[in-house]
Amino acid sequence: MQRLGVFVCWCGSNIAATVDVDRVVAEAKVQPGVVFAQDYQYMCSEAGQNIIKDAIKQYGLNGIVVCSCSPRMHEATFRKAAEAAGLNPYMVEIANIREHCSWIHKDKEAGTEKACVLMRAAVAKVLLNTPLKAGESKVVKRALVIGGGIAGIQTALDIADAGFPVDIVEKNATIGGRMAQLDKTFPTLDCSSCILTPKMVEAKTNENIRLITYAEVEEVSGFVGSFKAKIRKKARFVKEDVCTGCGVCMSKCPSKKGLNEFNMGLNNRPAIYIPFAQAIPNVAVIDKTQCIKLNTGKCGLCEKVCTAGAIDYTQQDEFIEEEYGAIVMATGFRPIDASKFDEYSYSTCKDVVTSLELERIMNAAGPTGGVLLRPSDGKHPHSIVFVQCVGSRDVSGRGKPYCSKICCMYTAKHAMLIRDKYPDVEVHVFYIDVRTPGKNFDEFYRRAAEQYDVDYIKGQVGKVWEEDGHLVVRGVDLIANEQIVLNTDMVVLATAIEPDPTARKVANMLTASIDTNDFITEAHPKLRPVESPTAGIFLSGVCQGPKDIPETVSQAGAAASKVIGLLSKNKLTTNPCVAHSDELLCNGCSCCEKVCPYGAISYDTHLINDHGVKETRRVALVNEALCQGCGACTVVCPSGAMDLKGFSNKQIMAEVEAICL
Amino acid sequence: MQKVSEKVIARARELMHDGTVSKVVGWKAGEFFYDCEPNVFETEESLKDLVYNRFCGANLSKYMIKNSIASGGEGAGKVLVLLKPCDTYSFNQLLTEHRIDRENVYILGVGCEGMCDIDRIRERGFKGITGVLEADSGNELVITTLYGEGKVNIDDVLLNKCDSCKGKAHKIYDELISDNEDEGPRGDRFEGVRELEAMSPEQRFAFWQAELSKCIRCNACRNACPACSCRKCVFDNNASGIASKANTDSFEEKMFHIIRAFHVAGRCTDCGECTRVCPQGIPLHLFNRKYIKDINDFYGEYAAGEEAGQRGPLISFTEQDIEPGHAVVKGGN
Ligand SMILES: Cc1cc2nc3c(=O)[nH]c(=O)nc-3n(C[C@H](O)[C@H](O)[C@H](O)COP(=O)(O)OP(=O)(O)OC[C@H]3O[C@@H](n4cnc5c(N)ncnc54)[C@H](O)[C@@H]3O)c2cc1C
Ligand code: SF4
Ligand code: SF4
Ligand code: SF4
Ligand code: SF4
Repeated sequence: MQRLGVFVCWCGSNIAATVDVDRVVAEAKVQPGVVFAQDYQYMCSEAGQNIIKDAIKQYGLNGIVVCSCSPRMHEATFRKAAEAAGLNPYMVEIANIREHCSWIHKDKEAGTEKACVLMRAAVAKVLLNTPLKAGESKVVKRALVIGGGIAGIQTALDIADAGFPVDIVEKNATIGGRMAQLDKTFPTLDCSSCILTPKMVEAKTNENIRLITYAEVEEVSGFVGSFKAKIRKKARFVKEDVCTGCGVCMSKCPSKKGLNEFNMGLNNRPAIYIPFAQAIPNVAVIDKTQCIKLNTGKCGLCEKVCTAGAIDYTQQDEFIEEEYGAIVMATGFRPIDASKFDEYSYSTCKDVVTSLELERIMNAAGPTGGVLLRPSDGKHPHSIVFVQCVGSRDVSGRGKPYCSKICCMYTAKHAMLIRDKYPDVEVHVFYIDVRTPGKNFDEFYRRAAEQYDVDYIKGQVGKVWEEDGHLVVRGVDLIANEQIVLNTDMVVLATAIEPDPTARKVANMLTASIDTNDFITEAHPKLRPVESPTAGIFLSGVCQGPKDIPETVSQAGAAASKVIGLLSKNKLTTNPCVAHSDELLCNGCSCCEKVCPYGAISYDTHLINDHGVKETRRVALVNEALCQGCGACTVVCPSGAMDLKGFSNKQIMAEVEAICL
Repeated sequence: MQKVSEKVIARARELMHDGTVSKVVGWKAGEFFYDCEPNVFETEESLKDLVYNRFCGANLSKYMIKNSIASGGEGAGKVLVLLKPCDTYSFNQLLTEHRIDRENVYILGVGCEGMCDIDRIRERGFKGITGVLEADSGNELVITTLYGEGKVNIDDVLLNKCDSCKGKAHKIYDELISDNEDEGPRGDRFEGVRELEAMSPEQRFAFWQAELSKCIRCNACRNACPACSCRKCVFDNNASGIASKANTDSFEEKMFHIIRAFHVAGRCTDCGECTRVCPQGIPLHLFNRKYIKDINDFYGEYAAGEEAGQRGPLISFTEQDIEPGHAVVKGGN
């Protein structure tokens, strides 16, 4: 005999204002199996929980429905309360009458009706619930950080500091990410490498951190607490432990046509190179597309000049396999391709550059040694026009619909630095809005406009073209309400930023969810901002959304603290809502195995007694430790052999039927 | 066709005689010569009834689930199966799904020039049909009847499934008896689907309502379908909550077909058996072809059963997969 209790929460006025809770209680009382129903102002409060506990004891309830907020909020709370009163926690169902009902409706009559429907569905489901018992799984005390930008470095440092080993996998030959390419940083204008290099060195020397550079994660399996990753360490053709970073090879290499990625392709580098002076590891790498020896078998100069004997043309990709308890995604970003925007003539005029290119031009280690020179003829520019929001806040489909967040600030930074160092240069900035929310940000921007006389023009640029050795910019000044045409020497485009192109692949590998712009999604945008909805996967830096360095670093620390919390546990309780295959119904067709994202399904061939018919059959077996209860297999199984505990096909059908009643 | 037919029958006898196989899964004439039905021949003697002619449309692949499982125990010998080119797709799909024990099967690929539909011959005014013979030349058949003789163009009397033949190439076999050159697929098999797509949702609903309300729930489509090969079909399983054997209401008749179409999506090889066996003449293949067309459009050309061991697009995930938002047009499509 089922003895069910239904508890209806008001959530203050959150629910009660749009749902007539008395009616929900009255209707609950007449549902089959329901012996008790009551409403209360805040069910999640201690008093509310006591109502539940007391009712379970007093009425001998063997299943309960709480009509309240999303199970994401308080399912755990109510399960705990039920357990404390002696009820199996999996005999608790939540009817979400807040997010799914009161918050999205205005009409109280309709809202009440819907709340009743949701309550009925939950009652129909709980009638079919069975007590379940959670298992336990191990926690591997090692973390993996994918991406070695400032986000990845900071996360790794914090985890290592708590005593746990961390691996950083970085796809480039050095860690550092985009921050290493920046010249000075807003809002304090300190030199980027001066503050980044110590962190990079610390990451290198910390004994809990292993740097795996020039490497990519190829495969990930497993689940929170025990992931398995396969990492491909690409051949550098230089022995990492032998190279001293002296750089002699670079000066002797005859193949010097490779584009220098670190300088955004503004100058060239040899086939063997160290990305930049402060690179970590400070080890050379051979670009195999440029190396003469690797392509034709001839040359071999670098091997001859390397006194350390570090060159090895026969080096192969290596694979590292390792287990991890937690994985942090810190894959960062890249600027979008500006050549899509013909009106700015980026691909046809050399003197139209992106902001990141300007960072390199202004940097002492950059292609011009830090002297502001125009790329076309190396002359000093007398006027520069900045264009903000290139491809940001663009709903036309050419660019990105979001605000890239950092461009207003770095453009103010660029404008101010140029005016400071070269007071003869006129600086104009075209903007849609200037957005400066952040500590000391507005002050920073005002200093540029007021103190440094940067000419801010509210309006957009329609066209940039070259004429008689200089650039012409046509735009509108919305405040003066007139078209303006400016002659200038350089145009700088503040291009939108987008997630690293590998983000989607990495996210798929980790089964982490991703939004339409390929930014990784948080488990909850406000309350769980550094966790992915996939347990054990954490987010750090710009891969989650545009942000500047201070924000990146705080998020990196937050992600680290979540990882530390996880790795500090000795055991994790596993979700008992796992799949199970009925061997009498199973065809052994392998459809389920192919869709299981966690590799939880395998096959066994054994003798089966199907109502007297004895047959050797191939049947599906679910590894309960690996199954995450996603339900993909139950949907693909044609015969209905596969079913999910706690969310059985029957339970779902019962809910649907209760709704359609 | 005549020559191939004689060779096939002779070869089947030989293989049984020399002990290569201990059973033959082939066709046998029923009450009338055009009622050829699948049959399992277990003795050399019984093979006198084996036929291979223009009416052997039935796909024998599914029979190999039961017949390939070594139920006869040790040394029971292989089972010979005769497969037309299109049947080999179904056979492969069943291999992919681990439903057939390949070890126990000997496949004789048999050439095919198109199978005939007796109803289409009748529609051309023939009554009391006593025989259908290959004409000496051209693309014609000679129909003998109680009342005399006549000729028909073969293309006019083919089975619906043969109108859009996949091609004459066998995708799997141990031995081949065929005179055909593979000329690739015939006709445009998605024509009917395009017509349906061009309809408004209301028109389409009315179309299916009219067609599906003819269904008498005889289950012939399901029983003949090589993709519908579950040990226990959900419609026979009382615990599934959707079991039923009769058309109790109009909702139920539609749900049967829609559920079935979903179950076979991505696994259906378009063998055409469902439409061939339906006594009510319901164009069931249109469901399957709609899915096949969508799969082709969304994931690139895919033919279930082209090879054994394929990984169908609906049960594999890649980064290039279409996002649901792009695949679904709200308001019906
Ligand atoms: C022009 C410009 C100027 C800026 N100026 C400032 C400023 O003045 N002040 C400020 O606060 N911020 C500034 N920023 C923002 C700053 O650059 C970012 O906030 C910061 O770099 C974000 O760090 P990150 O680690 O998240 O990403 P990144 O720096 O992009 O690092 C990501 C790292 O992950 C690696 N990676 C990516 N994919 C993989 C993979 N699949 N496997 C392994 N490794 C991978 C990348 O190679 C990279 O090393 C500026 C940005 C731009 C574009
Ligand atoms: S529910 Fe099924 S598909 Fe999902 S993880 Fe478990 S076994 Fe795999
Ligand atoms: S999908 Fe269903 S029938 Fe096929 S192997 Fe899995 S459980 Fe068995
Ligand atoms: S209808 Fe579905 S359950 Fe029934 S046999 Fe076909 S695939 Fe299997
Ligand atoms: S064969 Fe035709 S009548 Fe019979 S169940 Fe299938 S669709 Fe209905």
